[in-house]
Amino acid sequence: MTPRLTLRVDPIACDGRAVCADILPELISLDDWGFPIIHAGAVPDHLRDEAREAIRICPKLALRLDRI
Amino acid sequence: MRAPGRVQDSSRSASQPPGRLPRLLPAGFGAGPVSLADHLARYGPAQPGAMTGPDRMALIEMALIEEVERSGLTGRGGAGFPTARKLAMVAAGHDPVVVANGTEGEPASAKDKILLARSPHLVLDGAVLAAGLVGARQAIIAVHHAVREIIDEAVAERRRARLDPIRIRVVTAADRFVAGEASAVVHWIERGIPTPTKAPPRLSECGLGGRPTLVQNVETLAHLAFIGRFGASWFRSAGTAAEPGTMLVTIVGAVRQPCVHEIAIGTPVGEILDMAGGASAPLQALLIGGYFGRWADAAAATAAPFSAAGLAPLGASVGAGLIAALPASACGLTETARVTRYLADQSAGQCGPCLFGLDAVAGEIQRLAEGRTSGLARLQRWLGQVNGRGGCSHPDGVVRLIGSALTVFADELDQHAQGWCRGSAKTPILPVPPRWQS
Repeated sequence: MTPRLTLRVDPIACDGRAVCADILPELISLDDWGFPIIHAGAVPDHLRDEAREAIRICPKLALRLDRI
Repeated sequence: MRAPGRVQDSSRSASQPPGRLPRLLPAGFGAGPVSLADHLARYGPAQPGAMTGPDRMALIEMALIEEVERSGLTGRGGAGFPTARKLAMVAAGHDPVVVANGTEGEPASAKDKILLARSPHLVLDGAVLAAGLVGARQAIIAVHHAVREIIDEAVAERRRARLDPIRIRVVTAADRFVAGEASAVVHWIERGIPTPTKAPPRLSECGLGGRPTLVQNVETLAHLAFIGRFGASWFRSAGTAAEPGTMLVTIVGAVRQPCVHEIAIGTPVGEILDMAGGASAPLQALLIGGYFGRWADAAAATAAPFSAAGLAPLGASVGAGLIAALPASACGLTETARVTRYLADQSAGQCGPCLFGLDAVAGEIQRLAEGRTSGLARLQRWLGQVNGRGGCSHPDGVVRLIGSALTVFADELDQHAQGWCRGSAKTPILPVPPRWQS
């Protein structure tokens, strides 16, 4: 069984570029100031590739996947 | 099994535990700091004596951490984390360091400054004992600038007496609100930047210079010094079974004598107000815990015991021991708005939701205080968006404060919507630094 993973943001590193929300709107919405709100819980299997893409493309390297 | 806290040399028998309160701020020593000579004459030496080798030392340290666990001591800086667990986590690491946190950045709180100014050696004993327990060779004492000279002198006294087996370094803490957060204290000591850093890694694993770091509030360390001398049973002889011991409280606002007092945990809030001379005017609400605490209706809060269990029904907690009394003649929304602006400006500015969100929130609560209540729904949405979204708990604390204000001052809010305000008192109740007073 593959491990359950959750997406997390380092709020200090995050600059609010918001590219992650474009790639993964299912799991990432933006607050009124343009900073990502990550939905709680495990990343569904069918969105794992998008989650990895969001991590890769973040200009501040502020996203990561954690085991839960 | 003998209580390890009492495994001590014979010179300890001359020392006596404080029989009743106060413990930390002893009466009968006169004004000013208690000197090292007076301190030792009264309480005896702090260090476990008659050590014959490293194995025995390790044994006693392990037993003492167990004794601290039995004492039920929790952190007195606001978070209330079990002290024994923190000691054990840091002790498990290699080459740790101890930081005594006397930053006390909260403008309304004075208990750490008073403790350091009156009983510096109790805090230093606790820091040295904690260093012994975790295996640290150095303790750093971060203190508010108001008491720096007193602590310098106390450390010099100990150096002259060759009292301590470890190095003690004193630093002046940064004078701003977030500077007291544990990772911010470490950041300040290490790099001169008083802002929190992201956890994980935990400070207990990777803190100052990458070493396991024990950051303890100075009051916690003072209690630890007593537990090391007199044991867990003595410590538990005050307070409640679930929340043993005493704690320092700062009482400000509409009381006759604003002051710092030491109370047994579980003392009714009304009795604590009496210690400050009682209310100086009819009260409408109390702010409990600190600026990250909660407002509570005065009548309900006065009857509650000052403990986590006693305050839980009010949604409040003891926090860092602040009680601020709001008179009926003051506007709770205006008070909250002023403190919120201060707290928003005190954001370290590292996290977007805190930097931009708290600024927006402060503007909206100010508009509510001025009678423009159309933005209430927007304020509620922003509180939800800000909560839990910082690297530290700064935004969460502000959300808590405002959330309680909107509940406790709901009637006031209705009045404001109709163009009325009960606030007739011109003097602010909750203190903020001069820049934020207007």
